[in-house]
Parts: sequence; C-alpha cells; structure tokens
Amino acid sequence: MSTGLNDKEIISRVLRGEQHHFAELVNRYQEYVFTLTLRFIKNRQDAEEVAQDIFIKAYRSLNDFKGLSKFSTWLYTIVHNTCITFLRKKEQVVHSLDNENIFATVNNQASGFDANQLEQKSRVYMAVKAIALLSTDDAEIITLFYKAEQSIEEISRILGIEISAVKVRLHRARIRLKEKMEKYFKQEVKDLDY
Amino acid sequence: MKSEQSIEERLWEYIDGIAPANEIPVIEKLLADDEDWKNAYSELMDVHQSLQSSELEQPSLRFTKNVMDKIAVYNIMPAAKKYINKNIIWAIGSFFIILIAGLLIYGFAQVDWSSTGKSKFPFDSGEIDLSKTFNSTYLYIFMMANVVLGLMFFDRLLRRKKMSYNKD
Repeated sequence: MSTGLNDKEIISRVLRGEQHHFAELVNRYQEYVFTLTLRFIKNRQDAEEVAQDIFIKAYRSLNDFKGLSKFSTWLYTIVHNTCITFLRKKEQVVHSLDNENIFATVNNQASGFDANQLEQKSRVYMAVKAIALLSTDDAEIITLFYKAEQSIEEISRILGIEISAVKVRLHRARIRLKEKMEKYFKQEVKDLDY
Repeated sequence: MKSEQSIEERLWEYIDGIAPANEIPVIEKLLADDEDWKNAYSELMDVHQSLQSSELEQPSLRFTKNVMDKIAVYNIMPAAKKYINKNIIWAIGSFFIILIAGLLIYGFAQVDWSSTGKSKFPFDSGEIDLSKTFNSTYLYIFMMANVVLGLMFFDRLLRRKKMSYNKD
C-alpha cells in the first residue's frame, strides 16, 4: 500500500523508528534491484537472496544516506558492491555469454518468458534475451541506463568511474547488444520486418 | 567502418539527449538528407525502444515480507562517521607519541654531554654506548609495560564498542 510519500520522507520516518515504512521502499525498488542483481547472478534463487541482503544492508546503513543523491543511486551503489563481493566469494566466473550452450541456458532461465511467449518474437523479447547474453559489465550499465532511470552522472557515481568512461562503456555495450541481436535473432528480425 | 562508428556514436548521443547543442541541428539535417543516417537512426531507435519497453524482472511475491521479517531483528547503525570515534584515534596517537618521547628522553639521558671531542656534534657518536642503553632491563620493562597497557586499552575500547552495537 502506497502512502504517497517520496523516498526522502519515507527515510526520515524510518530513521525516526517507524520501521514499517521501509516496506514501501522495498516495494518501490524490489524489481529494479532484482533485475540488476540478476545481471550479475544468473541463478534466480541466489539473486533473490542477494537482493534481500541488499535491502537489509540499505536499511542498516540508512543513516549513511545523506540525501546528496537520489535514494535509487545510493541503493544501486549497494547493489553493485554487494554483487561484486558475492561473485568474488563464490569465485563465480563473470563471463561473456558468447556461446551456444550458454544461449541455451539463458533460454531456460525463467526471465519472465516461457515457451509460449517465445512465439511472440517481439523486439522487446529479443532485447531482453540479448541483454542476458552480454557480459555482466555491459548488462549492468544498460540496465542502469534504460531500466533503473539513472543518468550518465549517476551511473558514474554508482560504478565509481569517470563520466567519459561511462559514455564509452555504454556505447560499447550497446554495440555489443546490437551485435548479439543481429547474431542470435537474425531470423526473428527478418520475420518482424516482413 | 570508422565513419559508421562515428555515426552511431553521434546518433546515440542524439537519441539519449546528451548531444552538444551545436550538434543537434547538424544531426537533424543529416537525418533529413542522408539515407545512411536515416537507416542507422531507424536501427538504433529500434534498439532504444526495445530496451525502454523491456520489463523488469519480478522477484517472488514474498520478497517484501521476507525483507521486513529479516530487518525486524536489526537496528539502523549509526552513520559511518559517528562510529569512528575520534577519542580512539587520539588515544592511539597519544600512546605512540608518549612511547616515542619516552624512548627519546631515555636515550638522550644516557648521553654524556660533558665529553669534548673533534666531532661537529655536541657529543661524540663513538662514545654512545648503545648496548648499554638497549640492554637495560628497565627499558625492556618500560617498553613491555607500554605495549601491554596500550593493547589492553585498545581491546577494552573495541569490546565496549562491539557490545554497544550488539545491544543496538
């Protein structure tokens, strides 16, 4: 249930001890956080666990949020750091999913599309699948820019890199995304064009 | 190839709305006149719109409840700056300054300032008997006591800090 409060108002209430208001922040950002986490951690169960930990970390560190940036920017910094720590701990390979086997794995992942929906062959579907085929870095920056509504400056803060580096990385990520779409979905694109 | 990349780069900036102001009319004119630019723009717009229309992933329905259940046992930590207690920093710094000052005072106290020699220094370095200084039982006791006291003090502070966080 939404109270109509903005992020900063909710935070100040939570800091005053009204813990239940934090649920509104969780509701508001859970999909963004989960989507970003899935860019790093391909297993949905692990990703959900990590996403929950991210909210717990955010709650415990709420005093550190000074309101100098958007709450979402601050939260996504926690997402970025927590996912990297998780991957380091797991010694999971941050791979470029550039082979057919992994492509098959991606198809099996429950990422909101089942076999029936495959029939739809929409460009949106292809874009989602192509993002899953990108490396973690590329998928993260594209998700931050397009889905998490972060500006170039905010992404630079989240990733801890220069604005010019963000522009370059975003540009390269889009080139690779386009390549993936052309490589793996050539037929679908043709079908759509006719 | 290079020019194609440059077209894409400029077009992405235009689509993202971050193209420089003087570049915008140039790009718009190229889009109106140049077929290559038109095609590239149409391709990039497809990708752009697909990315914007793509849906977010949904976590399980219990997600919020799980998070709220977990945070129920936690309290919000004080801001990072607050728990880096300045007193601790001062105490550690003072401890080492006292230790170094003590050693220096003790060392200089051992020098025989009255001796005269050809040395440019107020004392003859050859006459300083280091073995006498560093073999002194008193020095060892002094240093040991300082180290033990310092460690005890530090440990007490950390324990107190840890207990206060656990209480929180």
